[in-house]
Amino acid sequence: MSRQRVVKKNSGALRVTFDPYWLLFSPLTLQVLICRNYKGDVDMAEIDHFLPLLMTQEEEGLTCPIMSHGNVHFLWIKHTNLYLVATTNKNSNASLVYAFLYKVVEVFTEYFTELEEESIQDNFVVVYELLDELMDFGFPQTTDSKILQEYITQEGTKLEVAKTKVPTTVTNAVSWRSEGIKYKKNEVFIDVIESINLLVNANGSVMSSDIVGTVKLKTMLSGMPELRLGLNDRALFALTGRDKGKTVTMEDVKFHQCVRLSRFESDRTISFIPPDGESELMSYRINTHVKPLIWIESVIEKFSHSRVEIMVKAKGQFKKQSVANNVEVRVPVPSDADSPKFKTSTGHAKYVPEKNLAVWTIKSFPGGKEFLMRASFGLPSVENDEMEGKPPITVNFEIPYFTVSGIQVRYMKIIEKSGYQALPWVRYITQSGDYQLRSNF
Amino acid sequence: MEWANQLCENRQFGSKMTDSKYFTTTKKGEIFELKAELNSDKKEKKKEAVKKVIASMTVGKDVSALFPDVVNCMQTDNLELKKLVYLYLMNYAKSQPDMAIMAVNTFVKDCEDPNPLIRALAVRTMGCIRVDKITEYLCEPLRKCLKDEDPYVRKTAAVCVAKLHDINAQLVEDQGFLDTLKDLISDSNPMVVANAVAALSEIAESHPNSNLLDLNPQSINKLLTALNECTEWGQIFILDCLANYTPRDDRESQSICERVTPRLSHANSAVVLSAVKVLMKFMEMLPKDLDYYGTLLKKLAPPLVTLLSAEPELQYVALRNINLIVQKRPEILKHEMKVFFVKYNDPIYVKLEKLDIMIRLASQANIAQVLAELKEYATEVDVDFVRKAVRAIGRCAIKVEQSAERCVSTLLDLIQTKVNYVVQEAIVVIKDIFRKYPNKYESVIATLCENLDSLDEPEARAAMIWIVGEYAERIDNADELLESFLEGFHDESTQVQLQLLTAIVKLFLKKPTETQELVQQVLSLATQDSDNPDLRDRGYIYWRLLSTDPVAAKEVVLAEKPLISEETDLIEPTLLEELICHIGTLASVYHKPPSAFVEGSRGVMHKRLPARTGSGEGTECPDVGNAAGGSAPEAAPSIIPSQGDLLGDLLNLDLAPPTTTGPTPSTSGMQMGGMDLLGGGLESLLGGDIGGSPAMGAGFGAAPAVMPASLNAPVGGGLGDLFDLGGGVGMPMGAYIPPKTVWLPAMKAKGLEISGTFARRAGVIQMELVLTNKAMSVMTDFAIQFNRNSFGLAPAGPLQVLTPLGPNQTIEVSLPLSTVGPVMKMDPLNNLQVAVKNNIDVFYFSCQYPISMLFVEDGKMERQVFLATWKDIPNDNESQFQIQDCHLNSEAASNKLQGSNIFTIAKRTVEGQDMLYMSIKLSNGIWVLAELKVQAGNPNYTISLKCRAPEVSQCVFQCYEAVLKN
Repeated sequence: MSRQRVVKKNSGALRVTFDPYWLLFSPLTLQVLICRNYKGDVDMAEIDHFLPLLMTQEEEGLTCPIMSHGNVHFLWIKHTNLYLVATTNKNSNASLVYAFLYKVVEVFTEYFTELEEESIQDNFVVVYELLDELMDFGFPQTTDSKILQEYITQEGTKLEVAKTKVPTTVTNAVSWRSEGIKYKKNEVFIDVIESINLLVNANGSVMSSDIVGTVKLKTMLSGMPELRLGLNDRALFALTGRDKGKTVTMEDVKFHQCVRLSRFESDRTISFIPPDGESELMSYRINTHVKPLIWIESVIEKFSHSRVEIMVKAKGQFKKQSVANNVEVRVPVPSDADSPKFKTSTGHAKYVPEKNLAVWTIKSFPGGKEFLMRASFGLPSVENDEMEGKPPITVNFEIPYFTVSGIQVRYMKIIEKSGYQALPWVRYITQSGDYQLRSNF
Repeated sequence: MEWANQLCENRQFGSKMTDSKYFTTTKKGEIFELKAELNSDKKEKKKEAVKKVIASMTVGKDVSALFPDVVNCMQTDNLELKKLVYLYLMNYAKSQPDMAIMAVNTFVKDCEDPNPLIRALAVRTMGCIRVDKITEYLCEPLRKCLKDEDPYVRKTAAVCVAKLHDINAQLVEDQGFLDTLKDLISDSNPMVVANAVAALSEIAESHPNSNLLDLNPQSINKLLTALNECTEWGQIFILDCLANYTPRDDRESQSICERVTPRLSHANSAVVLSAVKVLMKFMEMLPKDLDYYGTLLKKLAPPLVTLLSAEPELQYVALRNINLIVQKRPEILKHEMKVFFVKYNDPIYVKLEKLDIMIRLASQANIAQVLAELKEYATEVDVDFVRKAVRAIGRCAIKVEQSAERCVSTLLDLIQTKVNYVVQEAIVVIKDIFRKYPNKYESVIATLCENLDSLDEPEARAAMIWIVGEYAERIDNADELLESFLEGFHDESTQVQLQLLTAIVKLFLKKPTETQELVQQVLSLATQDSDNPDLRDRGYIYWRLLSTDPVAAKEVVLAEKPLISEETDLIEPTLLEELICHIGTLASVYHKPPSAFVEGSRGVMHKRLPARTGSGEGTECPDVGNAAGGSAPEAAPSIIPSQGDLLGDLLNLDLAPPTTTGPTPSTSGMQMGGMDLLGGGLESLLGGDIGGSPAMGAGFGAAPAVMPASLNAPVGGGLGDLFDLGGGVGMPMGAYIPPKTVWLPAMKAKGLEISGTFARRAGVIQMELVLTNKAMSVMTDFAIQFNRNSFGLAPAGPLQVLTPLGPNQTIEVSLPLSTVGPVMKMDPLNNLQVAVKNNIDVFYFSCQYPISMLFVEDGKMERQVFLATWKDIPNDNESQFQIQDCHLNSEAASNKLQGSNIFTIAKRTVEGQDMLYMSIKLSNGIWVLAELKVQAGNPNYTISLKCRAPEVSQCVFQCYEAVLKN
């Protein structure tokens, strides 16, 4: 959106108060946008203490997501330029408050595409309605945006009383899927996405490396289907005594609320009635040590008052048949660097001064290959007094048709009482997660 | 309002019709226009007007003047409009209570609307209108809604009960809503169950004793079933509620744990953390040798680690909780060090918490890796983080001895960076390393001294001065170094001044010849030119010491220092237990009990972990509060208060002074001048026993000559007191009083140390307490209470601590006790559980009293009665004991025992063996009869005790032994 914005001195803020908590969204510009007081035991004026507290903390460089003033505690998160603040004067469940605030962001984002000052003002009636359904007296209620959309819509005019009913889904045990969904063609798309988190020391030793995998579903199935997902999970195979081929040990698994957790606990079966449309079915963490898929060696030489020379070697340490796409190697450079010069054996490099980065992009990076990038920057003769941090080199990439852990979908069984045949489609992607290599710079 | 207008102007370019257009109506004079629009006949216009009103309300404009007009719009079949009007009502009803009544009819009507959405909306909104008059009308509709056929209405009504309770608790009880709410726990709909649990938990919080939730195995089972079916939020309510339950035994505990563990796989971090809370609490009851216990421990690690990939704020909550979990059960995460390594892009609050946990997990096995990381962090730019990283290196050195050398060399490397705050921080921690490993790393002193000039922080300066003073004999120019600090003495902070004073005195004692002038200079600066009493007092004490007894001075000032502890800032165990019960909540984030930051929660029960009990044999010794857990087998189970109640009794202290008027307690407040001086960091002064030692060289005679006469006496007095400390209180003749022992170490009670003993004086039982404040702040508001005990001991008056107890002050108090308090059998019989409160917290300890305190003065039995009773008591009740190494003759023994109200009734001598017959009466009327055999020349006595309550025999025997041998 490229709409021009008037600079506002006293800009608005969405403020919502929860019971013990309030929720307040306020942009940096200090005023409360909307607020909803769910309980009334915290004075509305207390919120005035929030911003001064925050500013003091920011000045000291020591922000903390929980702040207090007298007996009132502020628990806040920041989304784009809005603050969502919950206030309480009790010993509230802090993890619930944060989980809820993030849920609010999720719901509003799904409703308004973007959660920002304007979308709140543009839709304040719906915002109030949603806040009413999301929480009551400090207890979170219905927070599934798909279900909410069935009885709270943005086209208020359509809502004549007679037509609006509470979807039974709201209070059902299956609170994430409505009945009566119909598709002509019944399909389910499964994406298995693995992100590699890596931390490498300046001397090249791997400090920590793990894989966080997620299984995402796009469900286009009619009725109330029962699904069962089979993975090559080692614990499952150990349990059933079968041992065919490669199995994977998942360190920890987290499921969408549709998955029957006690069933999984007892026999490792992943069984569920899926939410309609897109959802994240599960995530897992694997500790197995894998060779870093893209290995970076860097030499950064800083000649004070004159220049800095950077040499980066990137090596694809994965199968020759695979290709990493959109590889981006981001190398930190001093903030006072200038006149960049680059030389690359493939791809292209550019200087992003606002982020103090040299970014080297390689559209397609085949396994087993090695590429080089050299860069040099000028440094001013008068040195910058300010201490600079030592940001690590980070790498972004994506390798399709491949999971680094070797996890596989063995089957997806779909049973619906109408007996239709449905097709599951599976796709695998491995990508960079938090992929950091500390440099010597 | 300006923004709204601007926004609107801005928006004229884009012609999209959105709600923001309503923000334009807030110009002056608009109220009048709005009024007209609200009363318009056209539905659409009305709705638009209400939207404008709400928009104004949202930006904080007072539109309460439109109250009647808005309320008039309430009767509509447009749901959106209705919602807006309700919203308006919630905001303004309180300010216009009389007009709010106008809305009541519509509410009542809406509660019977065929559309459940409207019924729920009405009952939800009514509960939010905090106007007394309205609440009365709410009762009937609420009652109906609680029984509504639609679960959406029932779940809303359940919450409404909690709302109503918040406004008028009495009304809710009178109307029987609490019972209806309890019934909803068995509702067929999981969301209704979850909301009912949430509402009841909320209400129960303000009524700690109401037993509202009435948790029992049946209701727990219902909750566990609902757990599988309700939304993520409902699961949190249920788990938080479960955490308040105390299972009856380890089997029940295990079965609950088994059903809660699957929640660890939930995608919602808050569900996971609440499940962790339940598991951490209940596993306390599982025997450690149980296989399941080990399985559970293993299951906890992965979800805790996964929490670290949540959003940063949730990570922060998780890390604060992991910090507690690591202290309580270090084994869970001991192999997970790597996940706590700091990422460059972690927010600062996450970084600092990760560092803390890294240190807690540091061990010999992983220290190399940890150090490499810490060194990396120490070169970051974030000052607070860097400082903490440097400190962490020092803590590693102290914690893992094998790494000390490497830590020291890492610190030296960091000092070489010359980054000012890094250097200062490094020097502070090196001082601690020197304390821990004396005389081991002095080789680095030279490097430290090079940086002397760059130190500008008091803590670093004080640390450096300490090092110079401590190693003065090895630093050639120690006198010059210290002298350089002396120049700006008065500009230094107190911390530095005190340290400088001590260091120079140390230097003087080590190199008396060259430094006499220096020491005189510092002493005069401290005593004459300073108006800081601590500094003056410390100056005088050194002066006095040096001038009167240089040998003693050396013994005192250069005494060996106690070792510093390995783990710093560990949370005190009782607090830790309480915090574990609050995992996930603000308390667990602040590391403070809820009573410390929630208003009105003073009287609320402190949560405690359950003790190991039940069927598991050979479990470890149950701790405080577990007396009922099976150690009193002969008592009927029905009269043993359940453990929960018991704890409740002890913890739910009514700390107001008891009304019983006992004898005036003799408070002997000892205002110890000396103590004040010696506390503040003067570690070296205390602890030396003063004895003869080689005479010091000459040069002391000429020590300070100027000493204000007026100050002479008090200082001397203070010192006298100081050195008297070792000796106990003078013992009165007669009754045996055991020496004082430490009951509550300062470490466990935030600096309050309590030692004491019991005495019986003139028929009054007294608890003699010595309270010492080892913390830095003043303690006030002392109060004491006992748990029920075997003989009904209870304070007969308030704890008389009349003046606030300053840091390092000690006060002796004697507390008269009565024996009319509530009785419960303890194990051991003479065990007493005590709670002491002060302005800081409540602390618990247990102590044992000699049963002789309970021997009453009229315990002398008539001979005839004695004989008859002796015969009457069955022989099974007789127990025999040996008292060894007692060299008193029968006469002396008899006299001594009489002092403790053990009366000799008759004496027989058979074949050179004296048989003494004695009687004792306990305060609760129990008689104990004794036969003591004393053979001339044989130091071993035999004693036979007969009593109708044979349990007391053991204790009585212990008293014999104690009395005879002291």
